[in-house]
Amino acid sequence: MKKLIALVAAFLIALPASAQTVAVTGGTLVIGDGSEPIPGGTVVVRNGRVVAAGANVVVPSGAEIVDATGKWVSPGIVGGFTRLGLVEVDAVAPTNDTVAAGSDFSAGLDIAPAVNPRSAAIATNRTGGITRAVVAPGTSNSIFGGQGAIIDLGADMDAVMRPRAFQFVELGERGAARAGGSRAASFAMVRNALDQARRYAANPNAYGGQTSDALLNRVDASALVPVVQGRVPLIVHVEQARDILNVISLRANYPRLNLILVGVSEGWTVANEIAAAGVPVIASALNDLPAQFEQLAATQSNIGRMRAAGVQVAIGMIDDNDAHQIRYSAQYAGNLVALNNVPGATGLSWGEAFAAISSYPAEIMGLGGEIGSLRPGRRADVVIWDGDPLEVTSNVDMMLIDGVEQPLTSRQTRLRDRYLSIEERQLPQAYEW
Amino acid sequence: MRIAAVLLAATLALFGCATTSSESASGVPAAPDRSMISVFDPDPFPSTYQPYPGVPTVIRGATIYDGEGGQIDNGMVYFADGRIQAIGQTLDVPEGATVIDGTGLWVTPGIIDIHSHLGNYPSPSVAAHQDGNEITGPNTANVWTEHSIWPQDPGFSRALANGGVTTLNVLPGSANLFGGRTVTLRNVPSRTMQEMKFPGAPYGLKMACGENPKRVYGSRNRTPASRMANIAVARQAWIDAERYRNQWRSYRENGGNRPARNLRHETLAGVMDGEILVHNHCYRADEMAIMIDMAREFGYTISTFHHAVEAYKIPDLLRENDICAAMWADWWGFKMEAYDTVFENVPMVHNGGACAIVHSDDQNQIQRLNQEAAKALADGRRAGIEISDAEAWQWLAINPARALGIADETGSLVAGKRADIVLWNGDPFSVYSRPQMVWIDGALLYDMNNPQLRPISDFELGQPGEGSVR
Repeated sequence: MKKLIALVAAFLIALPASAQTVAVTGGTLVIGDGSEPIPGGTVVVRNGRVVAAGANVVVPSGAEIVDATGKWVSPGIVGGFTRLGLVEVDAVAPTNDTVAAGSDFSAGLDIAPAVNPRSAAIATNRTGGITRAVVAPGTSNSIFGGQGAIIDLGADMDAVMRPRAFQFVELGERGAARAGGSRAASFAMVRNALDQARRYAANPNAYGGQTSDALLNRVDASALVPVVQGRVPLIVHVEQARDILNVISLRANYPRLNLILVGVSEGWTVANEIAAAGVPVIASALNDLPAQFEQLAATQSNIGRMRAAGVQVAIGMIDDNDAHQIRYSAQYAGNLVALNNVPGATGLSWGEAFAAISSYPAEIMGLGGEIGSLRPGRRADVVIWDGDPLEVTSNVDMMLIDGVEQPLTSRQTRLRDRYLSIEERQLPQAYEW
Repeated sequence: MRIAAVLLAATLALFGCATTSSESASGVPAAPDRSMISVFDPDPFPSTYQPYPGVPTVIRGATIYDGEGGQIDNGMVYFADGRIQAIGQTLDVPEGATVIDGTGLWVTPGIIDIHSHLGNYPSPSVAAHQDGNEITGPNTANVWTEHSIWPQDPGFSRALANGGVTTLNVLPGSANLFGGRTVTLRNVPSRTMQEMKFPGAPYGLKMACGENPKRVYGSRNRTPASRMANIAVARQAWIDAERYRNQWRSYRENGGNRPARNLRHETLAGVMDGEILVHNHCYRADEMAIMIDMAREFGYTISTFHHAVEAYKIPDLLRENDICAAMWADWWGFKMEAYDTVFENVPMVHNGGACAIVHSDDQNQIQRLNQEAAKALADGRRAGIEISDAEAWQWLAINPARALGIADETGSLVAGKRADIVLWNGDPFSVYSRPQMVWIDGALLYDMNNPQLRPISDFELGQPGEGSVR
């Protein structure tokens, strides 16, 4: 305990205003762009942005210096696909805003107001090095879940960085179930919805979306207009090779669709087609079981093989503790590095593995210029680790989001401290806080 | 085998025969009298597990964690005839033994997962495969989950090749207060459940506290619908089983009419006789304390609390009552009773002098239990709890072995025990390490560098991606 306090205190060097110039020096520096770590690198931040980062960066005079010798310095991790902030406790319905089974709306739902910056999951994942996340709704009565957001995990009430950042749709086994029971139904539903959105866009006032004939109400149609026009990405959950190719072929009729695939367990079996189509993927990293029939070809080599085929691929957490354990992202990325030593398996280099949880998801979401790396001009989301950030034994010592130092306590750390010693005491534990 | 004999003898003493003891005065089991067993066979689905052949093997130059807290740097282990023959700093290499250079590699006992649903909730997880919960009443102590095991679950192979898991305990789910009997398996690809069954391993009884039973039955307007009814229904079950046990005892001692058998009571009576080990799903500290009192009331003991996310609040209670806590490193937030997780739970329990175990309850994390232990260990150290790597390996080895009643057979690298061994291609507490070779009873069943030494279940044969390294 004493050790811990000392460790934290060492970093509480008052970083009062984001306007101040801060230089983090001496650490093993990770840029996050796919390059390998730089020993003894420096990153300089000012006004909430990265000014410079690299091996031979000059520390500006007057800069506050954070000595990270012996530590690792990286951009914050970007959760590639999450439900962060939408849930306090999964099984406690009033605290779970992922789906809306009783709603008449689907594509029109906007999860931005559901994001709770004070949910325990935000603070806890912050302690795991996560600074940003792609947050998606789930689905219930439709293949469409609604409009997701990009958030930051800062300890303030201003979490949503980009609302209505994408539309989410299910087009695999779950999509078939949502549409009425078959893939024929789910693809009919998605095509009809996109057609109706075009009709709506052509003449909103004349849109008959309230009639049963259109099968898409006005709110949902309006939300799909920027999707069919390619201004807002459509994140599609598919796992099976057949579904992947069917989704790609939607572009024959809807050429402007800005498709992003998520899940994609069988992607490696059609990697060349995905690469040729230029469709990015936010894949589940370690799915290696035929959890469903749509995942028969699942393997931990999926991401490595897709990457080798030229697919733009990031790591996501769909349906994998995606409201609470985005902290696993770094562990998953580390496992992909480990695969390089297994004959027959395909992993990622260390630099690529880290990029798969930082700049690659950012770029896929069109935010590569803002977040996900320590290249100049990016938001100053900087994490100092006590070791290799992909190693399971490493922890976060310090974090900046937009250049602002973040607290690294949570309900968990408070409970830990309360019970670290259970020796007899003068008063019950309840008085220790 | 010793366990089998004792169990059989003890069970026969209870149930087998009305007029004579089946144990000799020396305590050595007498040869079972078939006519008596036919009255009441305590082992009607016996293990047919047979070790596969191996070759005498020496690993040298490796870092060895013995599973009981010991570490040997640059050490040697020798196994032959399915058993560990010797372990030490330097051993004489027997003539003809295969020698593996373990320089830069690690050797550990095979990982034991005390909480798995491989086989009873197999992949693919289609409705037809949901065989882990008999959700028809709060007391289904009559069901034996071995009868739900599908040996072709592809998850077994992943646990072996990616996880180094050599033994696992499969439990019924937690919908019921008494979910049924557990089964301990060798992680060897097999055609039948019996071929996987750990010879002589005692049965376990799955019990559950808290949210699940009351939710399942309360939602059907049935009891239990509250935590207080969880306990009331469970106590009544123990009372009924006690009466049953007394009837059989009277019959055995005094003769008379043979009581009708009741599988439900039989399992609970076996618990009260100390032959069946209690594996109690229980998250909250306060509920664990209540379960401890209930066990005392009915004269049984609890082997292990599973999913014990609040064990860190009561390591003293666990230590004093000699109960293990089987835990995840960091699962939290999925339901109310999992809200108070701390990531230092495992080391805090260990530090409090209680028996700590890292379990999976998951077909994915069973492939990375070494990493789960590593996370907990690192978080503990950061909080000032110094535990060595070798000591922490107990969480995956001897501690679950003891909790399952198989510690005489496996769970550590001790001469005479089954040669259940993992050779890791690096520090097993690093994310960058993987099992390089895995032996079960001295038989090499996985070799990272040999594509043929990698099991593919019947289900996966001829399917997309069949031959792919997973």
